[in-house]
Amino acid sequence: MIIKRKEFLQIGSLATASVMLPKFLQAFEKKNMVPPGNKVVVVIQFSGGNDGLNTVIPISNDIYYKSRPKLGITKEKALGLTGDVGLNPALEAFKGFYDDGSLAILNSVGYPNPDRSHFRSMDIWHSASASNEYLYTGWLGRYLDAQCKGCDKPTQALEIDDILSLALKGNEKNGLAFTDPRRLYSSSNERFYKEINASHQSSGESVDYLYKTMSETLSSADYIFKQSKLNPSTGIYPNTDLGKNLKTISSLILSDINTKVYYVSLGSFDTHVNQEAQQKRLFTELNDAVKAFTTDLKKNNRFDDVLMMTFSEFGRRVSQNASNGTDHGTANNMFFISGGLKQKGVLNDMPDLSDLNDGDLKHKVDFKNVYATVLNKWLGSDDKTILGKQYDYLKFI
Amino acid sequence: MIISNRLKNQHLLWRAAFGPMAENAASLDELSQKKLWALLLKSSAKEPVKIAVAQNLADGLYMGVMDAAKQNEATKAEQGRKKRQQSRDDLKSLNILWLQEMVNSEAQLREKMSLFWHGHFACRVINSFFQQELLHIIRTNALGNFGDMLKEVSKSPSMLQFLNNQQNKKGNPNENFAREVMELFTMGRGNYTENDIKEAARAFTGWGFNLQGEFVFRKNQHDTETKTILGKTGNFDGDDVLNILLDQPQTAVFITQKLYKYFVNETVDDKNLQWLSQRFYDNKYDIKKLLEDIYTSDWFYTQKNIGNKIKSPVELLAGIRRLLPLELDNDQSQLLFQKVLGQILFYPPNVAGWPGGRTWIDSSTLMVRLQIPQVLAAKESFTIRAKNDDDVNMGQMTEQQQRINKNKIYVSRGASANIDWAPVIKIFEKDKRENLLQKIADTLLQSPSSIDTKLLEKYIATDSRENFIKTAIIQLMTTPEYQLC
Repeated sequence: MIIKRKEFLQIGSLATASVMLPKFLQAFEKKNMVPPGNKVVVVIQFSGGNDGLNTVIPISNDIYYKSRPKLGITKEKALGLTGDVGLNPALEAFKGFYDDGSLAILNSVGYPNPDRSHFRSMDIWHSASASNEYLYTGWLGRYLDAQCKGCDKPTQALEIDDILSLALKGNEKNGLAFTDPRRLYSSSNERFYKEINASHQSSGESVDYLYKTMSETLSSADYIFKQSKLNPSTGIYPNTDLGKNLKTISSLILSDINTKVYYVSLGSFDTHVNQEAQQKRLFTELNDAVKAFTTDLKKNNRFDDVLMMTFSEFGRRVSQNASNGTDHGTANNMFFISGGLKQKGVLNDMPDLSDLNDGDLKHKVDFKNVYATVLNKWLGSDDKTILGKQYDYLKFI
Repeated sequence: MIISNRLKNQHLLWRAAFGPMAENAASLDELSQKKLWALLLKSSAKEPVKIAVAQNLADGLYMGVMDAAKQNEATKAEQGRKKRQQSRDDLKSLNILWLQEMVNSEAQLREKMSLFWHGHFACRVINSFFQQELLHIIRTNALGNFGDMLKEVSKSPSMLQFLNNQQNKKGNPNENFAREVMELFTMGRGNYTENDIKEAARAFTGWGFNLQGEFVFRKNQHDTETKTILGKTGNFDGDDVLNILLDQPQTAVFITQKLYKYFVNETVDDKNLQWLSQRFYDNKYDIKKLLEDIYTSDWFYTQKNIGNKIKSPVELLAGIRRLLPLELDNDQSQLLFQKVLGQILFYPPNVAGWPGGRTWIDSSTLMVRLQIPQVLAAKESFTIRAKNDDDVNMGQMTEQQQRINKNKIYVSRGASANIDWAPVIKIFEKDKRENLLQKIADTLLQSPSSIDTKLLEKYIATDSRENFIKTAIIQLMTTPEYQLC
């Protein structure tokens, strides 16, 4: 019964999609289904510069406590992973992931000549550029370019947000941003759009490009909405933005959609003032939402196929400032959560607090090595073309 | 294909200004382009009045040195937070006031060029006083001499702060400023060496600003040794470097090329570029003369250069408001549109400015662009249901209620408007019913693609001539074609 309904919906969706495509594009449309066991990445962006040292805490390091007389999190309060490493007390579920081997922590991730401006450093992470290079495409957008040549729906990379991030913008293709599949569908499901789209005749590069984007949007919106109803998640999620967004993602992962990358953001982590309360609030939102998401994926036997990764545009300075906060810094840690990790736990040394660059951590791992690893080993794509250079792979997946 | 005189005039108005306005749209059939260009020049001749939101630096961001010394660290941080918030609010006002000028000012050419230079000299600092002063430099020099503008911008606290020249000191140089001046403001990549940047950075040492927001040359931080830049050797300072850069014909080529891509065509015609940039260089970087060369050339008005440019979000918003005089429920809603469409004035994505062209368009931005006219007109009472009668699922709701409902995320934030239709209706007073739709389409669209009028008519009210014009305009603005100029 369920299978029949699924088939019906797919045929329905493809049929309407072809009707909607203007004639000059129909040749490009092809079926692009993904088999079960499909590997998926969920990127969780910590916007505003998360303080990594109060996230993964060096609980046996005197320099840490001396630099942060008020802000330092004591060994007793931290959730101890090893004798030297503790987690922020709000990340109780992450401690559980560590214990059952589904968490990896990579320390000291950054890039040469770090920029301390939020938007610039975020651009560098999104575009995977050098710090003196300006790119207008993102690493996942270029993945989409490679992945979606000639396809009619750029749904391989989706962002759950109102605005599409640079990370998902490609040269030829752009990812799609929406907060709610139903709202996306209803805003594009206008008869007028469909009719002008269907009657458009090729008449110049710019106008054709606009119609192509419109056409892709209409068919993607239709496709995403139908997929989201196919097998909606029954998991119980917290009533927070991240909770709702991860539930939307879960419903899509549990469908037959061809999406490989999901992108969500949480913030703001810009804790110049009264850091403790703000970070606690955000980490509680993160912890509860990721916990629900993980439980949901496990119940549906998809946890091994899904890799969550977190990042922030920079970490914060080692020393606290005068307002019980921290100022913009450099290198930071990343979390990887999945049932399919090859290396687990703390992957490399904790940051060396005795070897700083003007009060800031020195990076030991370039984030582009992480991207290369995820693109190549998890998504099976050509990382060298996407990143413009061959970066060495890490071993955690 | 014959290009009508109206299309040519509208082309000039969309590129050199923010599009035709309701009051003069009717006159565009007759006017010659030379006459229209002369009018544009004349109405931008006056010096602009400064758009002021912050009175002084204290309003902008910094408190006086004396105040700061008296305070303890915690109150200082709290004060700092408040000042930053105030500054952000001031930037919003600056944004809305400038956008207002783009819509209403008769100095259309000046404001349009200022928007171009605002992207060229892209600067992102939250100090509203700094931003206000930089904008004034740009608006004042927008049609003047490029060299003068370059020098004033380079000495503005905004740019010095943004590009870290306060940290550029003898023996401990910061190359950011020198690099961007060469790469983005003058010559472009590939025309100088890394060593030229290093040497230029040394020449800029000591350039900074004081707590009053004035340029200062700090002699004791300036490197007085000999430098070699682009083959010239001497004890150069910052002004010397800028003069050396202006001496390079490549600077004229780089600026002309950028301008050509923005105002004429993203695909640059080499012959035109060579001719224009040589004259720009020979005319000592006179911007007005360069624009005159472009806008009085025959090639500017050929088919390949018309209707192929994707309007930037600000051009789109200003353009709609020029044709449809309107009062928004809340002016701040324009910031919301700028944000979701990806162009917030005073917040360029980075020092290289907005890349423009196709990068404006993704699924989300395109759908919002199409939605904007519907949002603006959400509270209008016209009805087109008679032609749209299979839309039964909306039940008993009036079309007005449906429009408000459908667009409520924007309407609830004040983005719908009271449109003053009288001057708009008047544009078409001489047009006969059978030509009316074509005439409205010709007034609104620059794109070579034509929309099926039979299809359009299904979405246009027919109960009165007024409603016909209103719904035709809103519907034509709700098309991919309207995104082009």
